[in-house]
Amino acid sequence: MNTGFNQRAEIALHNDSLQQALRHTQGKFVNERIRAMGSLPHGEALRDHARTIRANTLARLDEYLLAFEASARANGSHVHWARDGAEAGAIVCQIALENGVQRIVKGKSMLSEEVGLNHALETAGLTVLETDLGEYIIQISHDRPSHIIAPIIHKTKDEVAALFHQHLGTPPDADIPTLTAAARSALRQGFLQAEMGITGANFGVSDTGSIVLVTNEGNGRFCTSTPAIHVALIGIERIVPTLADLGVLLQVLAASATGQALSAYTSLVSGPRRSRDEDGPDQVHIVLVDNGRTAALASELAEILYCIRCGACLNVCPVYQNVGGHTYNAVYPGPLGIVVNPALDGLGPWNELPQASSLCGACTEACPVRIDIPRMLLKLRADAVEQGFAPAWLRTGIRLYAWAAIHPRLFRLGGRFARLGQRLAPRTASGWTKKLPGPLAGWTQARAFPPLAAESFSQRWQKRAR
Amino acid sequence: MSAPSGPTVQLFITCLVDHLYPDIAEAVVTVLEGEGVAVEVAAGQTCCGQPAFNGGFLAEARQMARRFLDIFAASEGPIVCPSGSCASMVAHHYPGLFAAEADYLAKATLVAARTHEFSQFLVEELEVESAGGLPGRYTYHPTCHLTRDLGVRGCAETLLDHIPGAERLPLPEADACCGFGGLFAVKLPAVSAAMMQRKLDNVIASGAEACVVCDASCMTHLNGGLIAAGKPPLVKHLAEVLAGQ
Repeated sequence: MNTGFNQRAEIALHNDSLQQALRHTQGKFVNERIRAMGSLPHGEALRDHARTIRANTLARLDEYLLAFEASARANGSHVHWARDGAEAGAIVCQIALENGVQRIVKGKSMLSEEVGLNHALETAGLTVLETDLGEYIIQISHDRPSHIIAPIIHKTKDEVAALFHQHLGTPPDADIPTLTAAARSALRQGFLQAEMGITGANFGVSDTGSIVLVTNEGNGRFCTSTPAIHVALIGIERIVPTLADLGVLLQVLAASATGQALSAYTSLVSGPRRSRDEDGPDQVHIVLVDNGRTAALASELAEILYCIRCGACLNVCPVYQNVGGHTYNAVYPGPLGIVVNPALDGLGPWNELPQASSLCGACTEACPVRIDIPRMLLKLRADAVEQGFAPAWLRTGIRLYAWAAIHPRLFRLGGRFARLGQRLAPRTASGWTKKLPGPLAGWTQARAFPPLAAESFSQRWQKRAR
Repeated sequence: MSAPSGPTVQLFITCLVDHLYPDIAEAVVTVLEGEGVAVEVAAGQTCCGQPAFNGGFLAEARQMARRFLDIFAASEGPIVCPSGSCASMVAHHYPGLFAAEADYLAKATLVAARTHEFSQFLVEELEVESAGGLPGRYTYHPTCHLTRDLGVRGCAETLLDHIPGAERLPLPEADACCGFGGLFAVKLPAVSAAMMQRKLDNVIASGAEACVVCDASCMTHLNGGLIAAGKPPLVKHLAEVLAGQ
């Protein structure tokens, strides 16, 4: 049985440069997170506190959203509400139209990927320049990000050098500082000429109406300072009640994502330029995006909305480590993705994703807000069965197995048939089966199956006079 | 075999051990009796329902769980299980399955509280550190449900460390999942095999003669990979090692 995910996984597993890139980055991210979280005083208590903040906020999200809107408006920011991705795109295009915007510079935003914003903008005839280095590379190579924090971990330095040689004329064997300088130069004009800067937002602070950007490159800051209009897209679940709460989340986010105490640029945007400010946009527009979040909040999958998008779960997941982000074929990869994609969109397009896990729990162990991903995967799998996504052979197989399990004589009979079947199957010298039939053949692609015992332990025990 | 002076426990055989590795169940009984524990084995045990549950087949999981609960509710005292994942199924997931069935919810709550994994029972309940075993150069793979679901860490290690003449070598990337994951192994065989290979490479790199686990399912998966590659099955269950098999 070869599902789409498994087929794509096979391609990824045979891609040597991808495998090399994944091993290199994964080791770095995981070790840095462990070191940074370990060096935080009371790191475990901080995680509990962070989780409590997320839980309490989501429990009263409507209040905090309205308070955020009021605070933001008091700052002079415009606040818009987008029910879904199409509305978000329409709102941003409208702002552009009303202000004669032609050129847009963009900071990295997974939410903008989720709602397909670039496509909507380009369809409206606008020019969009990605300014995060990784996203810029994605843009000029017509690729997709494969990680929520580090979009191009699937690319090697040599691939980027070849790309820049083609697009920017750098030498084919250019080193990283040379490549970075070339990108900086190419982006500089973009920043200075753009009429609009679009960013995402890591958090929105309810008390102060601020948009918070956590970045390590200066591009986010540049997008929110130089163009006359700044548009920030934010998922409705990213609200934080107070600055004190923000402080807690920033600590665990930086430590978990990149092993830092704080990212190089942690910016709070609290409205447009004041008369005394030398820099800053004339207009700030905040677009609050739902796109399935309210539905998720009302479901047993609400806990996935606690996520602060640190990427720790991706880095530690053995599935992600082996196959990389593109294998998921979804906006969000990894343990986050196999829950959040179906949580927001339903299982229809994503019914394979919750199966892409061994339920090992490494994600929950790494998550700064202790999200119980295995619990939600089990829930999604039960939903998938209920909604008819389970393949017929599996439904029948499980039903037969359960029927035999509650009729032990049938179970024993089944065992006898299985032993007979094993004698007929190709076997090793020690009696291990080399090829299992039908959908179970997946097992024997890389493993043998042990011989069933001639007599079960139960049978031995019954025979013995004890 | 010393006369039982301690508690009487119920053995939760598990379907894999019952039908694939009866010697592991023998080993569990041998080790427990060696610590003065009397072992009873309720008749008619089949499967706790974990494969159905993990696949999202709740109706079938409940069918199997009801049977399990009926069998074990008829006894008292600790239930000992040679599998971290099966123990966690009963201890953690059974009550949730019966939220809407008051009588089975009551049974599930009581049975869940009585259920222990084998190494956990020896070290945390019986407070045994040394339970015999063959000397050798071992490494230990801490299986996922045992450590992350049940929170059992250090028990098997303690028992291995107290085997006279045994050496326990560190396993690189010990916390990494072996790739079994139940149905995952056949639904995503390429990924499962890649995870298995990484674990096996680490087992070989440890320099150990045998890799010890507390889960027959992970053992089946890893040994299956070794056998398919023409290598000897290095992975052993803790009970086998302690019983000197």
